[in-house]
Amino acid sequence: MTARYPGFDTLALHAGQPPDPATGARAVPIYASASFVFEDSDHAAALFNMERAGHVYSRISNPTVAVLEERMAALETGVGAIATASGQAALHLAIVTLMGAGGHIVASRALYGGSHNLLAYTLARFGIETTFVDLRDLAAWRAAIRPATRLLFGETLGNPGLDVLDIPAVSHIAHDHGVPLLVDSTFTTPWLMKPFDHGADLIYHSATKFLGGHGVAIGGVLVDGGTFDWLASGKFPTLTEPYAGFHGMNFSEESTVAPFLLRARREGLRDFGACMSAHTAFLLLQGIETLPLRMQRHVDNTRTVVKFLSTHSAVEAVAYPELESHPDRVLAQRLLPRGCGAVFSFNLKGSRAAGRAFVEALRVFSHLANVGDAKSLVIHPASTTHFRVPDNELAAAGITQGTIRLSIGLEDPADLLDDLAQALKRAQKVG
Amino acid sequence: MDLLSSPRLYAYTGGRAFDPQRPTVVFLHGAQNDHSAWILQSRYLAHHGYSVLALDLPGHVRSEGPALVSVEAIADRVAQALLASGAKRLMLVGHSMGSLISLELARRLPQRTAGVALIASAFPMRVSEALLAATRNDVPAALDMINVWSHSSSIAAFDRKPSNPGPGFSNAWQNLRLMQRIARRNGPAVLSTDFAACNAYADGIEAARALKCPALFVLGRQDLMTSPRSAQPLIEACTEASVVQIDGSGHALMSERPNELLAALRQFAARVFAAAPVAG
Repeated sequence: MTARYPGFDTLALHAGQPPDPATGARAVPIYASASFVFEDSDHAAALFNMERAGHVYSRISNPTVAVLEERMAALETGVGAIATASGQAALHLAIVTLMGAGGHIVASRALYGGSHNLLAYTLARFGIETTFVDLRDLAAWRAAIRPATRLLFGETLGNPGLDVLDIPAVSHIAHDHGVPLLVDSTFTTPWLMKPFDHGADLIYHSATKFLGGHGVAIGGVLVDGGTFDWLASGKFPTLTEPYAGFHGMNFSEESTVAPFLLRARREGLRDFGACMSAHTAFLLLQGIETLPLRMQRHVDNTRTVVKFLSTHSAVEAVAYPELESHPDRVLAQRLLPRGCGAVFSFNLKGSRAAGRAFVEALRVFSHLANVGDAKSLVIHPASTTHFRVPDNELAAAGITQGTIRLSIGLEDPADLLDDLAQALKRAQKVG
Repeated sequence: MDLLSSPRLYAYTGGRAFDPQRPTVVFLHGAQNDHSAWILQSRYLAHHGYSVLALDLPGHVRSEGPALVSVEAIADRVAQALLASGAKRLMLVGHSMGSLISLELARRLPQRTAGVALIASAFPMRVSEALLAATRNDVPAALDMINVWSHSSSIAAFDRKPSNPGPGFSNAWQNLRLMQRIARRNGPAVLSTDFAACNAYADGIEAARALKCPALFVLGRQDLMTSPRSAQPLIEACTEASVVQIDGSGHALMSERPNELLAALRQFAARVFAAAPVAG
């Protein structure tokens, strides 16, 4: 008798959902119901008091959303997951479950702009401070940790240069100080990397991107690896001491490995309310069912485009960790053997106007602010997301006048190369 | 709460203060596990008229000291704790290795024991050679084997409804992470110690024959670790045994079929505590 877990592709299709017992539906039904009927008063009380498993109100849990949560937990090898209204809501939920005013975070400087805003400005207003460090400088991570530090945080592949987070090393630093490592795994998905295998403790995704894969729904997922020993750390009273807001529950007594998720759902979803709708969960699940197939094609197409651009006369530099020129190439080979994703930046030769001309000339690529769609996407940061930023600050962020960010989709790669070639010619004319 | 100190012996009380005057349900977990395996059953009963003591056995997570090497030694220590607790009417609920401990506890505390519920039990409780070899040579591989074989099928470990302890949780990975936590926190030898205790236990039939109270066997029809058939010698040795077989469950009945297991325990508790006199 052999012992084997179902493979990734099988879990992407089946985890979290047997055929619907009410109807026999094989597809995941959309349970568009705010509330769920109690069998009797005792059942109602038991559900409210966490004595029985089940659904009460869709802000706290919903059958369709639970399928997504359990599927993502299965794929990430986490003890559970919570789906949220967006990736930003997932990041917020993780942080507020672990700390309040006076808490401190050490974060990679190479972050998505929205995450940077939350940490640098918004949470600071509520008394949670963040120190940003160069993600490759392990001494800086260590030096930035204070007595009040409760979390280390980075992206598996950082913005905009696809800097690779050394999860084994940074998690080691975190654990030495009794705090967990949270990673944003949006760009890599569990198909390219399973951060829990490398030492991360918490993962979140903007499910809007590759998980959903079709640009049709906004959502986030927060996954707990169940690996961090909150009790041994002694730094997380929200998880290891009685909580007056929920019947005096001590979450670490209720669950040895999943107190974080219990508190996040029973407090964070309940009170902040950034839940996911059943419709959104359904759309994201359609994407996850084909995640393995899509990610392989995303990576294949990306390699083709990277090869084309890196030898083109109009291109100054391409930042992709599989290239010899990338500073994290060796680390990427170790952590990302299947590929480094499908979002990357390159620098055009020439002025800001050349960048604008390039973007406007593209016909297959869509000019918009998103990544991880089945369709190829492009944006020119200097004229859009960063257009008010002075040149010297752009340079500090690793962005030049000619930096272009591409998200490579699933089209015929020959059509992508043709589109890029004609747009590059247009850019060269502008200079 | 701590039942004993030096070394500490911990018991979860189901979210309510322990009251020794109430009939008390004692939960005893299996190998490489802890009290949290019983989260739904223990919390429910604690809020429905019973006191609950869901133990971490010695050398498991919150209970200190080394894991004890025999079923009898564990029963000695737990009996000492239960006497110290002041609880006078007990229903013992044991899962797998814990079911063997419950038999030995009933021998030590016959006047206090109103009933014994044996969940996923077997006698003799032999551990397969493949698993024993992995336990000696490759603990992570052994934990994966146990995790897969604890569920009624490999996919059932990932699609059971309701998930335990509620929506959004993974039964399979929680079970694995808990076993890994114990290996890290209490040492890699806990698993082989627990299995050696199961393998060496020889008094099951005598202990079952000696029961002076009703016994309930709750068995998973698809149990790959302790098949329903392997509980038969114990069932036959008991004077008063009832059997509930739960379809769609393997060894991990508490997480695969939490509601069905709870229903069986509720019914049994109501019966045995109604019948059992209060010990002096």
